[in-house]
Amino acid sequence: MNYLTRRLVTFPLVMLGVSILVFISIRLVPGDAITAMLGTEAGLLTPDQRAALEAYFGIDQGWLVQYGRWLTGAMQGDLGISVTYGKPVLDVILERFPLTLELALLSMAIALLVGLPAGVFAATRNERPSDLIVRVFAMIGQSTPNFVVGLLIIFILSVGFGVLPVMGAFTPFFVDPLQNLGQLILPAITLGFAFAASVTRIARSAMLDVLSEDYVRTARSKGVPALSVIWRHALPNALIPVVTLSGVEFGYLLGGAVIVEQIFALPGLGRMVLDAILQRDYALVQGSVLFIALNFMIVNLIVDLTYVMLDPRIRLGDR
Amino acid sequence: MTPLLSVRDLHVGFGRDPAAHEIVRGVSFELAAGETLAIVGESGSGKSVTALSINRLVDFGGGRITRGAVDLRLADGTVIDLANAQEHQLTKIRGGEIGMIFQEPMTSLNPVLTIGAQIEESFRLHRGLTGRQATAAAKDALDRVRIPDAARRLKYSPHQLSGGMLQRVMIATALSCNPRLLIADEPTTALDVTVQAQIMALLAELKRETDMAMIFITHDIGLVAGIADKVMVMQAGEAVEQGALNAVLDTPRHPYTRHLLSAVPHFEAGRAARTDYRRPETPTEGSAAGPALHVEGLTVRFPVTGGLLRRRTGNVHAVDGVDFDLMPGETLAIVGESGSGKSTTARAILGLVQPTRGAFSANTNTPHGRGRPSVQMVFQNPYASLNPRLRVDSILAEPVIAAGGRISPETTARMTMLLERVGLPLDSLQRYPHEFSGGQRQRLCIARALMLNPSVVVLDEAVSALDVSVQAKVLELLVDLQKEFGLAYLFVSHDMAVVERIAHRIAVLYAGQIVEIGDARSVLSAPRHSYTRQLIAAVPSIERRHETFALDLRQVPSLIRPLGFEPEQAEWQSFGADHRARVEG
Amino acid sequence: MQFLRAILAHPSGRIGGVIVGVYLLVAILGLLGVTPHDPLMQFRIDRLHAPNGVYWMGTDLFGRDVASRLMLGISQSFIVAFASVALAATAGTVLGLAAAWFGRGWDGLIMRVMDVLLAFPAILLALLIIAVVGPGTWTSIAAIAIVYTPIFTRVVRGPALSLKTRDFVDAARTFGSSRHYILTRHLMLNLVAPLTVQVTLALAWGLLTEAGLSFLGLGTQPPASSLGLMLSDSRNLMEMAPWLLIFPGLAIMIGILGFNLLGDALRDILDPKMRRAAA
Repeated sequence: MNYLTRRLVTFPLVMLGVSILVFISIRLVPGDAITAMLGTEAGLLTPDQRAALEAYFGIDQGWLVQYGRWLTGAMQGDLGISVTYGKPVLDVILERFPLTLELALLSMAIALLVGLPAGVFAATRNERPSDLIVRVFAMIGQSTPNFVVGLLIIFILSVGFGVLPVMGAFTPFFVDPLQNLGQLILPAITLGFAFAASVTRIARSAMLDVLSEDYVRTARSKGVPALSVIWRHALPNALIPVVTLSGVEFGYLLGGAVIVEQIFALPGLGRMVLDAILQRDYALVQGSVLFIALNFMIVNLIVDLTYVMLDPRIRLGDR
Repeated sequence: MTPLLSVRDLHVGFGRDPAAHEIVRGVSFELAAGETLAIVGESGSGKSVTALSINRLVDFGGGRITRGAVDLRLADGTVIDLANAQEHQLTKIRGGEIGMIFQEPMTSLNPVLTIGAQIEESFRLHRGLTGRQATAAAKDALDRVRIPDAARRLKYSPHQLSGGMLQRVMIATALSCNPRLLIADEPTTALDVTVQAQIMALLAELKRETDMAMIFITHDIGLVAGIADKVMVMQAGEAVEQGALNAVLDTPRHPYTRHLLSAVPHFEAGRAARTDYRRPETPTEGSAAGPALHVEGLTVRFPVTGGLLRRRTGNVHAVDGVDFDLMPGETLAIVGESGSGKSTTARAILGLVQPTRGAFSANTNTPHGRGRPSVQMVFQNPYASLNPRLRVDSILAEPVIAAGGRISPETTARMTMLLERVGLPLDSLQRYPHEFSGGQRQRLCIARALMLNPSVVVLDEAVSALDVSVQAKVLELLVDLQKEFGLAYLFVSHDMAVVERIAHRIAVLYAGQIVEIGDARSVLSAPRHSYTRQLIAAVPSIERRHETFALDLRQVPSLIRPLGFEPEQAEWQSFGADHRARVEG
Repeated sequence: MQFLRAILAHPSGRIGGVIVGVYLLVAILGLLGVTPHDPLMQFRIDRLHAPNGVYWMGTDLFGRDVASRLMLGISQSFIVAFASVALAATAGTVLGLAAAWFGRGWDGLIMRVMDVLLAFPAILLALLIIAVVGPGTWTSIAAIAIVYTPIFTRVVRGPALSLKTRDFVDAARTFGSSRHYILTRHLMLNLVAPLTVQVTLALAWGLLTEAGLSFLGLGTQPPASSLGLMLSDSRNLMEMAPWLLIFPGLAIMIGILGFNLLGDALRDILDPKMRRAAA
């Protein structure tokens, strides 16, 4: 069976697993949902009111029925109602998603633009001083948590230049590109820092492996110039691990960068999930986790498509 | 006339201090246009490094030319010293003046580029051709190496072609710009013998068509005879002997050359077959003189699945109805090329592969047999068949423990006895596999196989991974052990020269079936089946000088058959007392 | 002994080894209460005091000694990181070996379940678990362990699958060696190297995740100390008291760097592919 077909077949299976896991974890929260939602006020409810609320949130039935209802709803885009926002869960999510998506794209762009050339360069300078410098930077980059990077950026800006990063409501790119970028560039650099370091490291090691392959020697024996050996013959073979890493990191970023959003006070998906957890808005937690997992799986599928484009052995082979 | 290439006092070193770690130490030779020089040596002799120094590819492997000159005469008569040339000069010379082909065709082509793109690249770089012109030139290049259906093959990716085809593509690429020197670094070592013969024939023919000089690197001195004008023998980084082909092969002066020529198994068409065993005329079943291993109708099929639902659409007939008897003290060699099913046969007998049907029984009446497994196996790759994390004493003890025994003083005594017998030092027991060389490891594997005193030992390409002179010693050891312990060997191999040294009987396997079986001398000297003949004709030999092989483009038959397919009942024809071949339709 | 010498001979192994050694010492001292001051004691008159001879790294908003709290924080982070990685490595090894050894259905089932776990961003999965159980040290350990189990499962399954087809395992089968013998002697023994590397690198990730969770207020709960918590507290005070940001920030960074360097060195030393390239 074809590689891609096999991935497509497992996709719904894994999604089903994800939905079950999300559903069950939410039901495992101790105490009943109404009390969790309303806190002490729940004590003021009459039994009738409580029953009505349970019916409204669909928690008056057995787990299996609830799950079935939730799943059929989810497949039609109905993820329920968020208690904190008083709106459909999907609307709340989609309001937050553009910022998260843009931030993820910007971070990945930074990571690839910096990391890929740095990694390739270091590989061609193997063990020489310039390689060591790149490796030291990449090592430090990979070891610095993004909240440390973010706090340091804010610290340097405020102490050194007396300015604070733009905070507050999100300005979409199409409304005011400059304002938008001004708002997102620092968080994107924060997120791109470690990401670029990882890309550098993986690109370097993959390139080193490929450069010692027989076919690179063949290319050189044909008189292919050094630059063309690297970019045309070696790089396409070294891209698969880079694509894998970038895909995973990007997928994770699509789930929202909780900590960085928190530091820069950005209204993204990550903070929304955190708030939903803290405020016990379970419909929102459930819906957004499912949404994020779906995004992650879609990114994985795109990664698989990229493999297929990159390597004819995956395209034509059985693997 | 100045020679095309003149290498003088070449020194090549590796690492941080190249002068202190020299792999090539003062090699000199000359090569005229149209001439072929063969460089012969074992692994580590520096033969490949010498070749890679000529087009300076050695620079990319961490090597440096520390001393000496490599003078190449260009087409316009000027001479350039490649040892001191700049990289931009070298890129013009590589591919343009000097073409190169390598040992592993499977890994030497870029997996993500099409065959066509890789050949066209040479034309673009050295001829300035683009677009349709380059494609047309690439097609002509494939035609030239006799690849059928060239236009379509241009769009193929490397993994869609067989090793032999890929080596043709490599040759097409290397020769695309009519280089005046071709360096061939063990170009046929990774290929089957019959494919090797094809590639050798092709190289010889292309050399005749052009006036190209060639440097042919090989460990197989037998292969040299067919193609070289001059021979250079290398050992430990030095050229110990060089001269004209006949002079080196017929009157070798250096002891190492003599050693290579005498110690290394050469194929002698049955004249070197063993004569130390005679089969009983009529082997009687069940008696003490019965066969040590009896195999009947052994069939192994692997399912082929297709479609979304992974339905079974056919079978790979890896082994199809193989029968033979193996008598105590006898060696039966199973020979065949890759895909013939010879290894699958061995693995099925050891229970590593589930046979689809067929029966085999091993005689358990050995002195220490008593229900223990009486068949043991030695694998091809001595680096993979010993667990790197276990000490030798644990390795040798494993079969005993597996058979429910304990490490008693007797076990230890047997370990020491066997170690001594296979020629390893006694302190080996406390050491780890990585402290041993390939040949020593194979000796360890042999000792391990003998721990339980088996009656049959299956040797699956047991000497193929070893250097030629080590091969000879291990073969000698195997013969000695066979006599001492009365072992029966099932010797699986693709190498006719090795088989001739150890086999009493030979079974030739082709596409999963035995096509010819019988007395070794008879099969090797008078092969009856057309495939056996082809196989034997393809074996290089120092006797055959400047031989021209005929080109043959037959492909190996597919072993995939539809569901329910059964091969026809074989018809056999006998030639003498112990020699029969399948009748060909 | 020989192994230790190999680590010290490797440049990044030397640096990483020293860092990890120092941190381990600090963590143990922090646990034993051997700190410059009582980490919980509030020296009210010395609130937000800059670093000096008495308070090496200054004091925080409540007048607590930053150096002492840092030591306690490091031991807290180490407990969480070590415990969670130990759990994840054990679970991952068992699952990965089972998947590789039994193959087919088992392999499919185990790996699909791991795919489900991997479909969540690490921190999100941890948040979800904390949402269910409530924050705390044990929850952090469990959450991080669950997050890293799939990674260990993959790290074990891949090499185990390839070891299973190696000639020495085939040889063992021809002798009739027991499943137990093959699993322990042939597979496990050869998995020690990749596992050691992965454990070291996972410790770096464990530290990072623990700090992240605490930073969000979902990990270690005050008044106990944790590096993430200290950083979070520094956010509104960094202009006034930069030492509150600098010291914990550096402490996390260098700690993670140490494990990353050590892991890299171990990979170089233990990976046979690298060794072959050097030979």
